[in-house]
Amino acid sequence: MSVDRGRRQILAWGAAMAGVTIAPGITLFDLAHGRPPAEGVSNNVRWGMLVDVNACASDCDACVVACDKENGLSGAKTATSAQWIRKIELTAPSGQTRSLPMMCQHCADPPCVDVCPTGASFKRADGIVLVDRHTCIGCRYCMMACPYKARSFVHEPLTDQKTDVPRGKGCVESCTLCVHRIDRDQIPACVEACAATGHKALLFGNLNDPSSEISRRIAAVATVQVRADLRLDTGVRYQGL
Amino acid sequence: MLRFGTARLGGRLRMTRTVALLALAGVALLAFAGDGGDSRVPVPKSPIASDAGARCVEDTAFMRRNHMELLKHHRDRTVHEGIRTTQHSLANCIACHASKETGRVTGSKEAFCEGCHAYAAVKLDCFECHTDKAKAAVTASAAATAASDGAGQ
Repeated sequence: MSVDRGRRQILAWGAAMAGVTIAPGITLFDLAHGRPPAEGVSNNVRWGMLVDVNACASDCDACVVACDKENGLSGAKTATSAQWIRKIELTAPSGQTRSLPMMCQHCADPPCVDVCPTGASFKRADGIVLVDRHTCIGCRYCMMACPYKARSFVHEPLTDQKTDVPRGKGCVESCTLCVHRIDRDQIPACVEACAATGHKALLFGNLNDPSSEISRRIAAVATVQVRADLRLDTGVRYQGL
Repeated sequence: MLRFGTARLGGRLRMTRTVALLALAGVALLAFAGDGGDSRVPVPKSPIASDAGARCVEDTAFMRRNHMELLKHHRDRTVHEGIRTTQHSLANCIACHASKETGRVTGSKEAFCEGCHAYAAVKLDCFECHTDKAKAAVTASAAATAASDGAGQ
């Protein structure tokens, strides 16, 4: 059967035009929002977060409290309790201190995914790094591989989990960027709580969209990735560090 | 002679066929009676749904055999692709099938999931991680916990 190359070319142009930018910031269809529930995530979006360390108050842990509440974590801060986001204090040799939240950095090349023997640790198409608890065997290789100490292991049987956040004994877990909220077009609980305190130190958005507020801020101000030397291309960036 | 013989053979064949057909009909009748519910094998009586007027997302016989496949398929699509349709979601099953008294699908032999799984002796491990409460019941119990926490402080 002969191929109508002219027709093929027109089809290719059509596909290229469909996502074209009409004007800066305006596309024919919005790639990030309003995804119907039956449609899967795509890599047109890469979710990320920008932490403005200058705006983060050392005596505030609203993000941690909101995370615990949203995901049904106990809030305990023991060696074996699950902590998806931690507030940490950094002190420079000069004595200057910085306070910032630290959680899963949602790397583009996540070491936790590299080492997982069952494929339970995975990166979703939109850049969110997750654990599929159905496949996790609790070996904790990912916890050792993570340079950010972002993952926790559930040691005890749990009850009264949230409907949207199933969790259980024997699995590793970490920040999901509130994936259940993102799928409903909401922002992560920590970002919402930070804004509610008035600090506005957390900004959430689509790193792949040059017109999103997070992309514009990253283009305009100096931001860093923690342990940038590892070249993991983190989705969480820090400003003022 | 030959003609007579053929007729005899034909008669025998017909009789055999009739007996076979009768036997088949008998088996079919038995099977039908077995399906009717009044059989010697006890079938667990599960509460149908909290909302008695509502219909299940699929046919009952299909759900009995295939609910686990639907749930497994849906869980992979939800976890890996972020597809959160409610038709075959576990949360939606629980929302309808939770007991009116307890708001749960496990916890007793009368509960929808546990009742049948105990009867069939099939381990039910969904609820080691997933909540067994309908969403409204979860919110109510969380509010009760918050209230008791508040009272304790």
